[in-house]
Amino acid sequence: MAKKGNKNNKVADTAVVEPVSKKKATVVVENNSEEPEEEKEYSTLNLGPTHPATHGIFQNVLKMDGEIIHEATPTVGYIHRAFEKLGERRPFYQITTLTDRLNYCSSPINNIGWHMTVEKLIGVKVPKRIDYMRVIIMELARISDHLVCNSVIGVDTGAMTGFLYIFQWREKIYDIYESICGARLTTNIGRIGGFEREWSQKTWDLIDAFLRDYPEGLKEFSNLLERNKIFMDRTVNCGPISAKMALEYSFTGPNLRAAGVDYDVRVATPYSSYQDFNFIIPVGTSGDTYDRFMVRQEEMWQSMEIIKQAIKNMPKEGGFHADVPEFYLPPKEEVYNNMEALIYHFKIVMGESDVPVGEVYHCVEGGNGELGYYLVSDGGRTPFRLHFRRPCFIYYQAYPEMIKGSMLSDAIITMSSMNVIAGELDA
Amino acid sequence: MSRFENLKMEKQDLLNKITEKLNELTPGAVEKSEIAYGFPVFYIHKDKIHEALTILKNDPEFDFHFLTDLTGIQSADEKQLGVIYHLHNMPKNYRVRIKTYFDINKPEIPTACDLWPGANWMERETFDFYGVKFKGHPNLKRILNVDEMDIFPLRKEYPLEDQSREDKSDKMFGR
Repeated sequence: MAKKGNKNNKVADTAVVEPVSKKKATVVVENNSEEPEEEKEYSTLNLGPTHPATHGIFQNVLKMDGEIIHEATPTVGYIHRAFEKLGERRPFYQITTLTDRLNYCSSPINNIGWHMTVEKLIGVKVPKRIDYMRVIIMELARISDHLVCNSVIGVDTGAMTGFLYIFQWREKIYDIYESICGARLTTNIGRIGGFEREWSQKTWDLIDAFLRDYPEGLKEFSNLLERNKIFMDRTVNCGPISAKMALEYSFTGPNLRAAGVDYDVRVATPYSSYQDFNFIIPVGTSGDTYDRFMVRQEEMWQSMEIIKQAIKNMPKEGGFHADVPEFYLPPKEEVYNNMEALIYHFKIVMGESDVPVGEVYHCVEGGNGELGYYLVSDGGRTPFRLHFRRPCFIYYQAYPEMIKGSMLSDAIITMSSMNVIAGELDA
Repeated sequence: MSRFENLKMEKQDLLNKITEKLNELTPGAVEKSEIAYGFPVFYIHKDKIHEALTILKNDPEFDFHFLTDLTGIQSADEKQLGVIYHLHNMPKNYRVRIKTYFDINKPEIPTACDLWPGANWMERETFDFYGVKFKGHPNLKRILNVDEMDIFPLRKEYPLEDQSREDKSDKMFGR
């Protein structure tokens, strides 16, 4: 990085400091004096596809004027895995594993969003208890997502310490996932209709321990960065986006809220009983990197409030799955001893359960914004058409405009503060 | 409770009002309208789609200022392609779905980039996977697939698995 910087500085010197002498040298340019653009010599810089600072496979061909970015051309699709095509062949329950791999920093939100989409299609009403359990998991996922994003902004500005300290809390969240579903990163958590089994006492203990200890860790992290002069100098007014432009570019999630628009799917179209919870939607003012950081920071505190409320008001009754025998696997003993259970087991595993014809759009507030599932069913065993509205894909298109005229190193932290996840972008 | 509660217009009312408005300003635009799983859906004639979207965006009452999603679809008989818009009015929390279908051999439709700049990549994605040509799009080229690809992979004529394989028959359970 340092080498590149030096080289570019040289170019910047010649371009910025001596425009007068250049004009004198070339007589032709002197006539149409309003076109100094033509004179400038831009250098091309390939940022990515595999650059350690981009945290994912993104390529940006930058046209640089010294260290100032004049134009950026992003190329995406390096890890495109054809999820929408794959989804047209898989039975509904097998699509959950595809959703894991969208935003892999908060896969439980994707999983549960997908379950809820199918439930909407087949018309299942899950008990309140499952709603609350899902809320706990989704908010934990939100914390882990924001935590990674915010600590990585720290890393990109040169503050490694916060990242190293805060990352242990992501491990604790992954321990909670592990005790529920056995997996850590690509969780495949829950089932259509609820969870695969009752949460153990250990899970509840882990959640309690997390709620007890995490505030201290987060506070430590806040102290390191939030009012840190160096950090603020780097991030304030870096990569700003106005609310109007953010809406035009279909921004959602923390990036939109940082620009000052209080749109949150959890409030606008509540799902999974979010209307029962009391929480604040933090909004920023200028939509710059610092605002995005602060919005995510506050959302972590709010998520913890939501989890606390969910635990406190958790209904005792309701079990851990809804009564949907056509989609929810029966217990194994019953499969061996009960004919109906055996039939259902076979039908579910082979993906032969009947679904209604229809089209559903369901959206959840993912780590990065409105994560939508557009599902068209023709009554067959697989979706006729499945489309994921991936917030990253949609808001990344504004990136070239946001970094225009900024420094290269600002472009790096703008990208990390937008939390662009390659998996979600490329589907 | 949500602050949107008292602003909520009944879905059916919204559907009727928009249909009325569109019929008044662009006669013949709405081919069909229905409520599907809580979502007002409008089938718009392909020649009127841009006009209809402009009205929906600029009308002070509906004001669909936010394009949530834009994607493509192929009809069940595989003879038509479609484009689906999800529009959103955030302050009033109206959401509608606009669908338009056209012949697969002549997949041309005006772009929505002039209304919502965010449609840019979504339209490129739709072009990439379905081959829908958005007239007036500033940079209509493939986005997720390689530029050299000469098929439109989400069309139903391209099956996921290699059809020449004989060792794997999915007649019973495959689509």
